[in-house]
Amino acid sequence: MPEIKNYTLNFGPQHPAAHGVLRLVLEMDGEVIERADPHIGLLHRGTEKLAETKPYNQSIGYMDRLDYVSMMCNEHGYVMAIEKLLELDIPERAKYIRVMFDEITRILNHLMWIGTHALDVGAMTMFLYAFREREDLMDLYEAVSGTRMHATYYRPGGVARDLPDTMPQHQENRWRSKKEAARLNENRQGSLLDFTEDFTRRFPGYVDEYETLLTDNRIWKQRTVDIGVVSEERAYQLGFTGPMLRGSGVEWDLRKKQPYEVYDRMDFDIPVGTNGDCYDRYLVRIEEMRQSNHIIKQCIDWLRQNPGIIMTENHKVAPPRREEIKADMEGLIHHFKLFTEGYTLPAGEVYTAIEHPKGELGVYLISDGSNKPYRLKVRAPGFAHLSAMNEMATGHMLADVVAIIGTQDIVFGEIDR
Amino acid sequence: MSNSKQQLADSLRDHFGDRLVSVNLEYKEITAVVTVENYVDVATELRDNPDFDFKQLVDLSGVDYSQFGQAEWQTDDASRSGFSRGVDAATSTGRLQFGDELESLSEVGSRFAVSCHFLSYSNNSRLRLKLFAPDDNFPVVPTITEVWNVADWYEREAFDLFGILFSGHPDLRRILTDYGFVGHPFRKDFPLVGHVEMRYDPEKERVVYEPVTIEARVLVPKVIRQDHRYIADEQDEANGDA
Repeated sequence: MPEIKNYTLNFGPQHPAAHGVLRLVLEMDGEVIERADPHIGLLHRGTEKLAETKPYNQSIGYMDRLDYVSMMCNEHGYVMAIEKLLELDIPERAKYIRVMFDEITRILNHLMWIGTHALDVGAMTMFLYAFREREDLMDLYEAVSGTRMHATYYRPGGVARDLPDTMPQHQENRWRSKKEAARLNENRQGSLLDFTEDFTRRFPGYVDEYETLLTDNRIWKQRTVDIGVVSEERAYQLGFTGPMLRGSGVEWDLRKKQPYEVYDRMDFDIPVGTNGDCYDRYLVRIEEMRQSNHIIKQCIDWLRQNPGIIMTENHKVAPPRREEIKADMEGLIHHFKLFTEGYTLPAGEVYTAIEHPKGELGVYLISDGSNKPYRLKVRAPGFAHLSAMNEMATGHMLADVVAIIGTQDIVFGEIDR
Repeated sequence: MSNSKQQLADSLRDHFGDRLVSVNLEYKEITAVVTVENYVDVATELRDNPDFDFKQLVDLSGVDYSQFGQAEWQTDDASRSGFSRGVDAATSTGRLQFGDELESLSEVGSRFAVSCHFLSYSNNSRLRLKLFAPDDNFPVVPTITEVWNVADWYEREAFDLFGILFSGHPDLRRILTDYGFVGHPFRKDFPLVGHVEMRYDPEKERVVYEPVTIEARVLVPKVIRQDHRYIADEQDEANGDA
């Protein structure tokens, strides 16, 4: 009989289940993990250092590229930090638009998560279903900002522009017949809000579909129940936030506890797990999608009834309108100064936190009174979660590592920054 | 909300006394400064004392203060040359080249800081705890991985990016930069373009590292304006419309 030894296994960085560029060095005893050592940084771009050499507004686009599946939420944390230092209040309508797009982003993120998580565990169908709905949400991004992903839509002082009255239409082409294009365009005849409302009506049914596929699925439960259990006490120690913390039974959501923008006027519930395993975190996120859908509906109702400005009128921070630039000398000067020098922030330091789909996204901004951040630190939720990988994976089988990566909702853009 | 923050700041002052160098409340956030000697004790007490109950370390980051408050274009007086002067003058971190030395103007013992953010669930409060490493050339601070396990990776990151050493850390390796990387990239004297670039050499049939060929270029100079002209409430402080 051959001698059985411990061996070291290299998982990634080119592995489809590693969710990007994770390199895991696993010490194995047979098929059981003895130690997991994640090697990260393969996507490190020095975002924070780049931001230090640019005026504030030029770094908003970098924020999209942090967690590249929940773009607008990253921007939100960043612009909120700037607004806090400027002590700038933004128009009501912009707050509602931000909340609506934060929740759209949350659904986008959770759809990506459930698709890839289920795919890793072996359920191919989920991926196709989730990406079908993502397409509609990406269209919303495109309609409002011009790009499907990296929107740069939130600006200090509000949002870049108001919600459009028309949706882009599908065109007939070689692969899509006229009839097919007309079918796709059916719910795109009205404004962006009409299309969003149509989506919110359809979406609960889609979530039911996901649940019929997974929630009572025997294989899914075998792969997730009692995998990666984290107790409440350990969750604090390991720096868990967001769904990871709520999965361990802590009722904590920044949208409720430290509300920002208009979340205090929204009606929604916080789902909380009990066992702290992968299955509970799955249930928490599924319910979060339903709650987000509910919040979006409330925002639509308010936005329909309350037209108004979407950007602060303080032209030291936000550029004036085109007509003002043309007609008014002061407007021209404001525009020129904003786009050559930018605006300066008072010296000081702030930390703003928002409830990002993955957890608490914090932006720690130190300003020395100049037009560029002196130090920008993005507190990425995934960074803390991934650091718990060793503790969560030890004692589990190799295949469970994939389930744990999935449940942590790892995206390397934000971890490596 | 701000009332309870004031209370927390007061109770921090009462409880810790001169173990905290300073406690102040700015922008509705509390910042406490602690010395290296008292750091771990204070942190442990902040976690365990039910009055504070900071169960979670949300964030820990390094800061390099060596260029704090240094601008590239003068704004106090009218200048005879244009804005572009700021673009040409090579003074700041963005346009350092390989081999350039940056002169630090800050005082000794105040270059590297570690800034921690704590969160209390029961009191729904946040706190920032800051400490400065006493030696600029060899910044060492104690670790708090025993107090909050999550500090492990945050401290590795601060070590990697700033070269701050955490004594007692179980596994202080680089985390974000490449294997075999030299230097600490987030220090203000580290050039934005870096020191080396890499490419695949078909003759040697491996990846080779070479000094960077790209030129550092910053389009907008760093400008400090003291007039706070963007804050409407403080208009009386502003001495003229710039």
